[in-house]
This record gives sequence, structure tokens and C-alpha cells, in this order.
Amino acid sequence: MKVPPELKYTDSHEWVRWESDGSATVGITDFAQESLGDLVFVELPQLGRSFKAGEACAVVESVKAASDVYAPIAGEVIAVNEAASEKPESINADAFASWLFRLRPSEPGAQGRLLDAAQYTNNIAQHK
Amino acid sequence: MLRRTALYQVHIAAEARMVDFGGWEMPLHYGSQIEEHHAVRRSAGVFDVSHMRVADIGWADGAAFLRQLLTADIDRRGPGRAMYSCMCNERGGVLDDLIVYRWDGDATRFRAILNAATADRDLQWMDSLVSSRGLRVECRPRPDLSIIALQGPHAADLLSRAQPDLAARAVPLQSFHCTHTEAAFVARTGYTGEDGFEIVVPSEQAAQLWFQLTAAGARPCGLGARDTLRLEAGLALYGQDIDESVTPLESALGWTVELDSDRSFVGRAALERQSAYGLLRQLVGLKLLDKGVLRAHQAVGTAHGEGQITSGGFSPTLQVSIALARLPAQVQLGDTVTAELRAGPAQARVVKPRFVRNGRALA
Repeated sequence: MKVPPELKYTDSHEWVRWESDGSATVGITDFAQESLGDLVFVELPQLGRSFKAGEACAVVESVKAASDVYAPIAGEVIAVNEAASEKPESINADAFASWLFRLRPSEPGAQGRLLDAAQYTNNIAQHK
Repeated sequence: MLRRTALYQVHIAAEARMVDFGGWEMPLHYGSQIEEHHAVRRSAGVFDVSHMRVADIGWADGAAFLRQLLTADIDRRGPGRAMYSCMCNERGGVLDDLIVYRWDGDATRFRAILNAATADRDLQWMDSLVSSRGLRVECRPRPDLSIIALQGPHAADLLSRAQPDLAARAVPLQSFHCTHTEAAFVARTGYTGEDGFEIVVPSEQAAQLWFQLTAAGARPCGLGARDTLRLEAGLALYGQDIDESVTPLESALGWTVELDSDRSFVGRAALERQSAYGLLRQLVGLKLLDKGVLRAHQAVGTAHGEGQITSGGFSPTLQVSIALARLPAQVQLGDTVTAELRAGPAQARVVKPRFVRNGRALA
């Protein structure tokens, strides 16, 4: 199970990468894709919509089940990855390359509330 | 404590993702459910379905008993034939759906394969029918046996390479026929919409057969692929598409209700009444026209009232979402209906509940 050390994580299995422009790129983790099984459908959030931290903003569906993707931080959607929506299996192939959406944070200090790689690794170990 | 089949260690060694399926710890997939699905449509896959219960039925009144128990008539099938049927209660509600095999070379001997979750209830029901009707029948569960399904267009070639002796008997079989060797019982039946065999062997020989089949090129497949394959084939899943609250007539299984003799079977009167008064509900197929995935229990809006999806998912063969749904009887094939998906309402087309057979798209 891959957990890249440079990323941040949530309890609900999203990963977050902070970009140099201050925006946050979001996807689902390797653990999430592995648990869901083969992905067949991705519903991305609308560009320009704002979400509160923890609000459901996207849906990933696998052969097995549907699962919400939550906004890890409060912010406005400034980009979505149509390639992931067109090829959901790309998320199974590499969950950290196939990002879902990018948020411009609407509150300062959001970064501090996310998990680091060690904390997240510890979390998923308890799922097993 | 979950029950385990004789192949449990084989699945673990193959790194299967195991899940609780009706109290049994079974493989969901061995890495990719979709690749397993395609393997069965394009070449061959092998499934451990030993959670299903084999029951042998015999003695003097075996045939008379099955004629009273089941909606389909065993007397229309000779030795070496398989029959798919419903088993109903007095109201016509479906207690189980099952295949009964009439032993090759012995018209008084039968084998039934029961759904895992309903097997105990089925056997009680069967015993009570035997005693209330004063029949001379023995129903013997066979927990000592394992069931391996080999499915796909290459199943016959592959069985010939893996098990020449068994294949010599099995490959000449037509669809829905069965036979046996000293080592195994084999039928040309399955739950995928493809050619293939269901092979019943003593549990201590199951692992050897599994290894012979996989060594010859059959891909191990889990219950996940089994579910998407049967959904594409439009085959009902007990507990999901059918149960005691619905009759075969409301479940696209009217063809299993054989009324052409005066045979008295459990549920007959209720089914004849329902047939005479007309149906309120029907089981149809849905093909999603928009993006998204149809799932069981989602509501479906139609011009004639509301219905519900009983099984839904993504079809790897058709590359769209498909479903089985119970809708008002007035809904016609070709109608457009509205399904309430996770992501919001979406349009779906009503089609025959049969999407893919023998690798070809039908819907």
C-alpha cells in the first residue's frame, strides 16, 4: 500500500497535495481504490462551486459500491481532472497520479488539520 | 465464525480479497473483478461455488415429490437432464430458485443445488412436504461435496486439456444436460450466460481439480465477477431480485411455471389466480442512457407509477450501467424511465432482462 510521504491525508481516504500557488490538489488514496475495487464511474464537482471542509463534493463508484469524496479543506473548485472521469480505471492504476479536483482554500490554517503520511499509515493499519 | 469451503487456503494463497457472503468467507476477486469478468466472456474462468448446497433426492417417490415441490415439471425431463425451476410457497412466493439434475442412467435419482442462504430453510420445507404428503423420499444434504464452475467460450477445450477423462464424458453434453464419472458429477450449466460446466467432486479432491483447471489456463474468478456476469446474462439472484414476496410471474420467470398438465404443485392455485387477474408488477431490464451507475434499491419513476431497482451495476461488456428492476406492469419495452442515482436523477431505457449471452450484446 503506497502512502507518499510528501502528501497530506484525511480519515476519509483523500490525499492532498499543496501546490506552489497555494491551491490544494485532491484525490483518493491507494488504500481507497484498493478497498473499492475496479472503478467504473467518477462524478467530479462543478468548477467554481465552494465546499465546506468535510462536505461531499464528488462520487467514485466501483463495480462494488459508490463512495463519496469529501472536501479535505474548505475552498472553491478551480480545476477538475476530466481524464480521471473519462478513465476511472486510471485511479486504480495510480491513485496518486489521477487527481480529482483542485481547491483554492477559503480559510487560513487548513493544512494543519490534515494527517501526515505517518498518521495516515497508522490509521489504515487499524482498518485491517 | 464464517464458514469456509475446501478451497479456502487456495484462495488465500492466490491473494483473493475475501468477503462474508451469506455466512461464508468467499473470494470477491483475485485482483481485478473486471479482468475476471472479461476472462469468462472471452476465454474461461473458474469459480469456487462450494457455498451452495448439494442435496441428493431419491427413493421410490422422488419424481412425484419434485413434481409437487417445483413449478417446473421434472417428468418432462429424462435421465441426464438439468431443470431450472422455482420452489414456491402456497401464495406463489418464491422460496428458492434451483437447478435439479436427473441422474444420468437412473431416472429415480436426483440432485438439487440450493442457494447457500436458503439451503437450511429449503431442506426443512422439503422435509415437511415429504411428511405431509406421506411420500417415500430421502433428501440428503451433501456437505462432503464441493462445486467448481468452469465458465467461458474456451471451457470445453480447457477441460479436455486439464481432465481428459472427465472431459470425455462432459464435452459431448448439450446445454442443461448432466452426467458423472466415478470421480465427479458434471453438468453443462452455469450462472454467467456463457458455455461451461459445473463440476461436483468430493471436497478432498477440490484443490487438485482447481489446480488442474488453472494450470490449463482458467482464470480464478470471484463472486464479484460472478455477479456482474449473471447480471449481464439477466439471471436472477435470490434474495435480491426474487424472494418470498414476489412470484415467478412477477420476476420474468413465468417460463419456469409449467401448467400444461393437471399436476398439483405448491403455489399452483395462487399463480393461476395471479395469471388470470393480471400482473401488477414485472421484472425488466434497464440500460442507463446517462452517466452514472444504477444500484439495487434505487427508486425508478415511470409514467405508470414508481418501481425499484433490484440489482444494478456497471456492465464491463456493454460499458454502461445496467439493472434489473421491478416496475409497474404497464411499462413497455423501449420506454424511458427515471432512475434516482447517487448523483441525481438519470434516464434509462426499459429492455428485456437479458443483456449479454455467449459474449454478444443483446440489449
